[in-house]
Amino acid sequence: MAAEEKFTPQTWPESPEQATLEGKNKFIGFWLFLGGETVLFASLFATYLALKDSVPSPDHALAKDLFELPLVFMMTMLLLTSSLTSVFAMYHMKNYNFKKMQTWLFITVVLGFGFLGCEIYEFNHYVHEYEHTFTSSAFGSAFYTLVGFHGGHVTFGLFWIIALMVRNAKRGLNLYNAPKFYLASLYWHFIDVVWVFIFTVVYLMGMVG
Amino acid sequence: MSTIAHTQKRGFAGTVWEYLTTVDHKKIAILYLLAGGLFFLAGGIEAMMIRIQLAVPNNDFVSAGLFNEIITMHGTTMIFLAAMPLLLGFMNAVMPLQIGARDVAFPFVNALGFWLFFFGGVFLNLSWFLGGAPDAGWTSYASLSLASEGHGIDFYVLGLQISGFGTLMGGINFLVTIINMRAPGMTYMRMPLFTWTTFVASALILFAFPPLTVGLFMMLFDRMFGAGFFDAAMGGNTVIWEHLFWIFGHPEVYILILPAFGIFSEVIPTFSRKRLFGYSSMVFATVLIGFLGFMVWAHHMFTTGLGPVANAIFAVATMAIAVPTGIKIFNWILTMWGGSIQFTVPMLWAIAFIPSFVMGGVTGVMQAAAPADYQFHDSYFIVAHFHYVIVGGVVFGLLAGVHFYWPLMFGTMLSEKLGKVTFTFFLIGFHLTFFIQHFLGLMGMPRRVWTFLPGQGLETGNLISSIGAAFMFVGVIVLLINVVVTQVKNVKVGIDPWKDGRTLEWALPSPTPFYNFKQLPLVRGLDAFWIEKMEGKTEMTPAEPIGDIHMPNNSFTPFMIALGLFIGAFGAMYHVDDKGWALPVLIIGLAVAFASMLYRSIKDDHGYHIHKEELLDDADKGGTR
Repeated sequence: MAAEEKFTPQTWPESPEQATLEGKNKFIGFWLFLGGETVLFASLFATYLALKDSVPSPDHALAKDLFELPLVFMMTMLLLTSSLTSVFAMYHMKNYNFKKMQTWLFITVVLGFGFLGCEIYEFNHYVHEYEHTFTSSAFGSAFYTLVGFHGGHVTFGLFWIIALMVRNAKRGLNLYNAPKFYLASLYWHFIDVVWVFIFTVVYLMGMVG
Repeated sequence: MSTIAHTQKRGFAGTVWEYLTTVDHKKIAILYLLAGGLFFLAGGIEAMMIRIQLAVPNNDFVSAGLFNEIITMHGTTMIFLAAMPLLLGFMNAVMPLQIGARDVAFPFVNALGFWLFFFGGVFLNLSWFLGGAPDAGWTSYASLSLASEGHGIDFYVLGLQISGFGTLMGGINFLVTIINMRAPGMTYMRMPLFTWTTFVASALILFAFPPLTVGLFMMLFDRMFGAGFFDAAMGGNTVIWEHLFWIFGHPEVYILILPAFGIFSEVIPTFSRKRLFGYSSMVFATVLIGFLGFMVWAHHMFTTGLGPVANAIFAVATMAIAVPTGIKIFNWILTMWGGSIQFTVPMLWAIAFIPSFVMGGVTGVMQAAAPADYQFHDSYFIVAHFHYVIVGGVVFGLLAGVHFYWPLMFGTMLSEKLGKVTFTFFLIGFHLTFFIQHFLGLMGMPRRVWTFLPGQGLETGNLISSIGAAFMFVGVIVLLINVVVTQVKNVKVGIDPWKDGRTLEWALPSPTPFYNFKQLPLVRGLDAFWIEKMEGKTEMTPAEPIGDIHMPNNSFTPFMIALGLFIGAFGAMYHVDDKGWALPVLIIGLAVAFASMLYRSIKDDHGYHIHKEELLDDADKGGTR
């Protein structure tokens, strides 16, 4: 069957993720899905902006009291770098170099977990130092929902990539799993782009406003 | 021959299993039709209860609280669980055939979409038996729904969340199918109008459902986990729900009406024996309606207090939608102009649709005038308006579609005679019920109120309205009898049962083989099958030699994923009551869902091939005809 055909770097097609009809369908379908996800996050951003610093009484912490740029900068760097390493992984995927692809994916996952660790520390910090919780104010609900939805996407993305790496560890690349790797990396980029907006809208604007 | 014989010889249990695991778009269409039909009946019974309660003043047929539950469930069921699934059913049944595709792009996801919708709908309706249905209206405005006691609103939130995921997947699936899987020669501007409206409606689903998802999540967090999005005491803002709901809700009405427009755009040329007038302007109008549909949501909120500037902008944008809609109306009329019209049942619905829908459109433009809307808002005038567009547009479209596409889906023809009885009762009943409601509204009768007082001039109007509802009920009963009689008689009709089929789906043998086209057809223009017939041919010119056909395997996983979420939803809901079993149930449900997804991800599924020899064999025995 075509999907399980063995390739060499010479016979491996130019765009393996779109070499089969199934791959083409997945490619378009996933881009469309990301379009829907964009609207999802747009709704969350709009809600956050509407409820930013909206607290029941003055003794609640506001955005400018909470955020510390060094930590957020570190998280941004971790996630941006992980996006770069996933590009390297896809570069090797397109060149039919399975081992190097797995290596770079592994580095991506490690960086992703680093980001997630920072986020957990950050949330924990807000809850215990500032009593800024999910249920303390509308601001808190909106903040944890927006940033938490992103964190949830990161978590899902990590488990997705890990599942793909483990499942395909022994059999290498073919035209059946190449689209799967490609989509996971596309998803990972999308998460990265969303974070850039969170960094700007939530943290930078939170510091100045 | 093995695969073909294998799928055809099954007992009752085998048939059930086949439908539980099917990934064939034609069978999923039948599932949508069945489930959507059942929910349509449930919503119809709720409508009858509303009209019985309002037939006379000071009636006590139902209590005020129960009345709130009934109107909420009537609206929610009809929109989410009846109209939309029935349309998705027709999209599934017809669209892939119209573009000459072997199946949809993601057959597995197609099945998953159905089961999510189904379990979401069942979950929502179980509320009747588990402590009371939601009672804050189908719009479920936040201040009202946060104050609602019991689990009614939780059923609404979780049920719609689950079925919403299903609809979203369906939308993406149809988009990809239309983009990637058109037959050779089927350019965008040769696609039948129903395919075009499916395309635009799917795009609307893709961009309109995520705001609803977010709104429902916030409602869920507020009600179950103590968040404060809509709670002013915590700094929240109740208007956010209104925005999110209507950013979804307004495109939603176009998601409903555009496919109905598509059905009419197929029916009218077929029974006028003329090509659709102004095809390209129809396409343009469809896309424009879809585009403008996202820019008018705040006209549902004129009285919320957004200010004169916002109201003015949204008023003008709303009025602009009348332009592309008007283009469509004139095109349909001009298609009929000079055609040799056959008054079949689908055509009768199409002809009745035009004036009915125009009436709904005119009252729509009246409401677009923001100052006037302050008078109409929350009155029966609004109820009359949206029933004129949704029943006069969408339901007429569905009824036209049921009669028109029945031969394609089931290989039999619904009785024209009984169809005309249904048409007469339903059309008269519809206008009796809703025309008078315009005047009830203008006389000051508010919507969503469980009763009214005598001596205020509202008695006659309400009585007429209730009598009309009974007529519609009779019409639907006759339709059900029609379906049963037709299927019991089981007289098979052959290829092209309406004789004047224009598009690809009518070129297929009846019943349609599970692989659809044996050889992908060559499309040489708009109304591809009509072109071939005009040249004296009886079937399409193939675009490829007979070869192996790749087919997807059936799968039980979609059912399991949806079932897992269904179980998990109970856990999430009762978790609030501190019930000990709730958390384990939530975890088990989610575990089932995610484990099924993981299983799907790591288990290779390459599908199978029907070999060339089997296809040739099949043709020799006349098996496909």
